[in-house]
Amino acid sequence: MKLSELKKFFVSASSAFVVPVLAVLLGMIVGAVVMIASGYNPLAGYSSLLYGAFGDPYYIGETIRQTTPYILAGLAVAFAFRTGLFNIGVEGQLIVGWLAAVWVGVSFELPKAIHLPLAILAAALAGALWAFIPGILKAYLRVHEVIITIMMNYIALHMTNAIIRSVLSEEGFKSKQVHESASLRSEFLESITYHSSVHYGIIIAIIGAVIMWFLLEKTTKGFELRAVGFNQHASQYAGMNVKANIILSMAISGAFAGIAGAMEGLGTFGNISVKAGFTGVGFDGIAVALIGGNNAFGILLSALLFGALKVGALEMPSSAGVPTELVDIIIALIIFFVASSYVIRLLLSRLKKGAE
Amino acid sequence: MSVYEVLQVIIPSAIFFAAPLIFTALGGVFSERSGVVNIGLEGLMIIGAFVSIVFNLTFADTFGALTPWLALLAAMIVGTIFSLLHAVASISFRADQVVSGVAINFLALGLSLFLVKKMYGKGQTNQIQIGFDKIDVPILSDIPVIGPLFFSNTYVPSYLAIILAFVAWYVIYKTPFGLRLRAVGEHPMAADTMGINVTKMRYIAVMISGALGGIGGAVYATIISRDFSHATISGHGFMALAAMIFGKWHPIGAMGAALFFGLAQSLSIVGKTIPFLKNVPTVYLLIAPYVLTILALAGFIGRAEAPKASGIPYIKGKR
Repeated sequence: MKLSELKKFFVSASSAFVVPVLAVLLGMIVGAVVMIASGYNPLAGYSSLLYGAFGDPYYIGETIRQTTPYILAGLAVAFAFRTGLFNIGVEGQLIVGWLAAVWVGVSFELPKAIHLPLAILAAALAGALWAFIPGILKAYLRVHEVIITIMMNYIALHMTNAIIRSVLSEEGFKSKQVHESASLRSEFLESITYHSSVHYGIIIAIIGAVIMWFLLEKTTKGFELRAVGFNQHASQYAGMNVKANIILSMAISGAFAGIAGAMEGLGTFGNISVKAGFTGVGFDGIAVALIGGNNAFGILLSALLFGALKVGALEMPSSAGVPTELVDIIIALIIFFVASSYVIRLLLSRLKKGAE
Repeated sequence: MSVYEVLQVIIPSAIFFAAPLIFTALGGVFSERSGVVNIGLEGLMIIGAFVSIVFNLTFADTFGALTPWLALLAAMIVGTIFSLLHAVASISFRADQVVSGVAINFLALGLSLFLVKKMYGKGQTNQIQIGFDKIDVPILSDIPVIGPLFFSNTYVPSYLAIILAFVAWYVIYKTPFGLRLRAVGEHPMAADTMGINVTKMRYIAVMISGALGGIGGAVYATIISRDFSHATISGHGFMALAAMIFGKWHPIGAMGAALFFGLAQSLSIVGKTIPFLKNVPTVYLLIAPYVLTILALAGFIGRAEAPKASGIPYIKGKR
């Protein structure tokens, strides 16, 4: 690599990092202002947040457990983004994935080597199916996927609740626990983290990130999917099947979301219960993808950030008296700042010009 | 139970559930007609619900029976201010409007619960003591058959919502302001060339949606939930968004759709007491609004087309 190329590489890599890092910093600063304005000590608040996320092995375990579905939800949103689609339905796909995984987990008794992969596959298929519908409507009827996926979220929520009540329990609120052979729980991981609820799902999530990177960056199909996202007309002209690619993108994105649900169903909870509202993981996935720059490696980092924020927040009320919702405010602000990256970039370029 | 008695249960409760949806959906119509997608309706309703309940709890002793009305006003004002965040991000900062809307929803819920915990030391407020009074509309409620169904034992905000739909229709289709609003949403560059200030029009439209979303949330909280917690507004903003689409971005259509969704909601709750609906599983009624909206968008129930420039930031000089 020539020196100029090397320089260019570093400039582009640093600018990809600058906006998310600035957005996170700005979000934390405004969060501190909110704490000061409402009479809390921001230093105590943030140090209890940090302790609650990484303070001892138990907290680290919990943070990793929370990071696991965030990675997969972030990958789901990012995969769609990269292929020109906005999948706001990750939440619904996650719920049907969760349901499918638990359903397989409680209904069969098989050897672990078959049962666990089967349950995860069922979750992926359920999520893919749930995303397939908006995919078809987008490809053939040109209906915008944002609205359809929002509607599909609610259909998923209510249908899942109905199925839990009528099929997975006898008019109860909770399914049975999944069989040991379909569980992601690990006594080993629990024992080294003071009995946190961390489970083997994190390995699956990391594999998911590698798969997404490989699929998008290293395969012809991935190139096609991205090309369709960039410019449908050019892709059509180049002989690609635009409609099939749109549907495939949505289905793959949904499959990631479904597996995120399997992490909750087979790992964290080991069952599924009737939900009064959404889990929020799917919506947080949008933030994860945005901060991660829609890049598989970036998503691993940003999912860890959000996992730490969410888990660390639980320590804030007892040690610093700050309500956990402060973290939701910070996350919302971070999304705002990333979304408004146009202004951040504008300011940065002004600053640069001023320096020269 | 006779059919008439059944209708006497269903219709008033449908109107009762529809009112907050109508207000919010009309707000959505204004925003989207100007070309700004507003996924943040849910968040605007949350803020409205929060402000109205806090106002009501704080000032009930001072203002007495006027309190709920002043609470609506407060919710409207705060909703308007809150929607400015969405306006600044999506109009001036050229943010992705869907992403900015998602952030609005997050921020509304986080901020309102944060403040509830700060102010009351728990995750849920107390019940409000003063709500709207049920009224019988004079003269109209005496009409046989129709009177008891539509005009008695209801709340004033429900009628305001319906009247507002017609006002919105008049404003959007019969006034110069409405013409400019639609022009900006369909073809901002042409509108700009004709001397219309695209940015200003879009700001106004988003602020109207904030005001109406705030009122929608306040009406829901004051009449239906009577307190505020994390689950007070759970999906009603998105249902209003669905009503707006099902109503094809038209005020009267949105009102009709909201009434219909209100009916579905009320059936899912009162259905248990009605003989021939007892056997219909509630889940069908719960998902009906969403399934119907998908069908409408897919063109099975007449094609629903969004305003052309909806979702696209307007950048001067860019073709």
